[in-house]
Amino acid sequence: MNATTHAFRLGLERGWREFRQTLGSSDQWFTVVITMAYLTVLWFQRDSTVDGTTLSLAALTLPSMIGMSVAFGGLVGPAGQLAVNREDGTLLRAKAVPNGMLGYVVGRVVQTSLDTSFSLVVVFVPGFFLVQGLAQAGVSGFAYLVPVLVAGLLATLPWGAVIGSVVKSPQGAMGFTMLPMMPIVAISGIFYPISAIPGWLQVIAQAFPVYWVGLGTRSALLPDSAAAAEIGGSWRTLEMFGVLGVWAVVGFLVAPTILRRMARRESGGDMEQRRQAALQRGVG
Amino acid sequence: MVIDVRDLRMRYGTVDVLHGVDFTAERGEVVALLGPNGAGKTTTIEILEGFRMPSAGQVRVLGVDPAKGDELWRAKLGVVLQSWRDHARWKVRELLDHLGRYYAPYSTPDRVRPFDTDALIRTVGLEEHAHKKIGKLSGGQRRRLDVAIGIVGKPELLFLDEPTAGFDPHARRDFHDLVHRLSDLEGMTILLTTHDLAEAEKLADRILVLAGGRIIADGSPDQLSRQVAGQAEVRWTQAGQRHVHATDDATGFVRDLFAQHSRGISELEVRRSTLEDTYLTLVQRFESGQANEEEVAAL
Repeated sequence: MNATTHAFRLGLERGWREFRQTLGSSDQWFTVVITMAYLTVLWFQRDSTVDGTTLSLAALTLPSMIGMSVAFGGLVGPAGQLAVNREDGTLLRAKAVPNGMLGYVVGRVVQTSLDTSFSLVVVFVPGFFLVQGLAQAGVSGFAYLVPVLVAGLLATLPWGAVIGSVVKSPQGAMGFTMLPMMPIVAISGIFYPISAIPGWLQVIAQAFPVYWVGLGTRSALLPDSAAAAEIGGSWRTLEMFGVLGVWAVVGFLVAPTILRRMARRESGGDMEQRRQAALQRGVG
Repeated sequence: MVIDVRDLRMRYGTVDVLHGVDFTAERGEVVALLGPNGAGKTTTIEILEGFRMPSAGQVRVLGVDPAKGDELWRAKLGVVLQSWRDHARWKVRELLDHLGRYYAPYSTPDRVRPFDTDALIRTVGLEEHAHKKIGKLSGGQRRRLDVAIGIVGKPELLFLDEPTAGFDPHARRDFHDLVHRLSDLEGMTILLTTHDLAEAEKLADRILVLAGGRIIADGSPDQLSRQVAGQAEVRWTQAGQRHVHATDDATGFVRDLFAQHSRGISELEVRRSTLEDTYLTLVQRFESGQANEEEVAAL
């Protein structure tokens, strides 16, 4: 029995178990609230049409939301969980077990992917019936969605892990992910077409993955004529995979080093200090 | 030699926490590390576990430098953490079984890893809680789960950092039995830290006293008492009055006492100095010695 592949399999199982644990937990209230908010937005947008097309604004927003949720889940999820697991001792536990860190990291990736996919389905299924004009995407459109979502997850997940490794507390993780994400989402053409914002903001938005995942999901689900509303009047498939790919490659080059450095420094004494700090904040 | 530590030093910034610690532990030995708060017990244990890099010195644990220990080395160690609230959503049996399976690739014919999950749950007395969520356990139950996780891989060397904190007397006695069984049956070497001197005396073959970043005493509980040459205390009642006398030679004193008063002596008690007295004397002696040193340095 090869210890590394064995630990990898245990990590897959770990991720699946933890995903099932979240399904039955109070975490799902968050999913319910977010889903209601998204569906409300779609409801109000369903009758306004996008300039120069026959599509409703909602038909544009739903795929964009899916793309944004992946980027969001990939960044905020692992950052928060890693920060919490450093504080509560899960990480130290993994360190004390042979190949435990491998199992832990694989478990986190699986759980984040499942969590994110689940929240996508929860928004998408009712959204699909609410919004006209997505059924034409067909099987090939939905199949194309898969590589786009995977690229979006790969482009954000390592950065979530990096942030979770460098922050001092779970609150820090929230701050360092949510605060930058809000303005980035606002300028990334998620809730209205990016052409509506000033050119210099468009340039900034295109440096980040959120815009590109949204573009990718729109290209998967909308008719080709809808590309007219995009920058350059095209889906820019090559650029989309290119930018997401660069984020992913750089992320996966940087993250292991930072994760390892963080894990090496993790010790009972440090955990005890964070525990005291957390008790002071009234957690526990 | 399972543990071999020579001239171990640790410095945080400009503060020296360990100034040259030396000790060893043999296979099957139970060693207790005692010392006042801040003496460097946890730091020492964390260096041996490979969780912290020492500033200087030679450390060998199972023949390997912990800073360079690989996963095979890790599989031979058991670590009972001062844990808190990790895996709160997992169930007791689920987590123990999951963590145990990481050790399966390291199983050998003469040391089958891991322990059987259900047998281990019975051993630590958690069978009624096996399907409970870990977040719902009481402090003592949680600690017993920590111990079970620490030994699930059937380690050759087990580290216990204040293992019985939060135990009731019954759980404490069960735990002591468990430690004896592990060291006798499995030949496990055990290094534990504790504040409970009675516990150290009951469990340990050897006691190390760490104070001010140095080992100031090293020996069996008996040897330590002799090292301090503790006085015994003799108490008796004569003519309705209670007497107390401290002496180095309790037997001689009692003989003389009876020779002088052939009757009328009752409620005779001879109390030898306990490990606690010995320990307090050692630490006090060390601290006043250190104070002297500092005075000399100041001159």
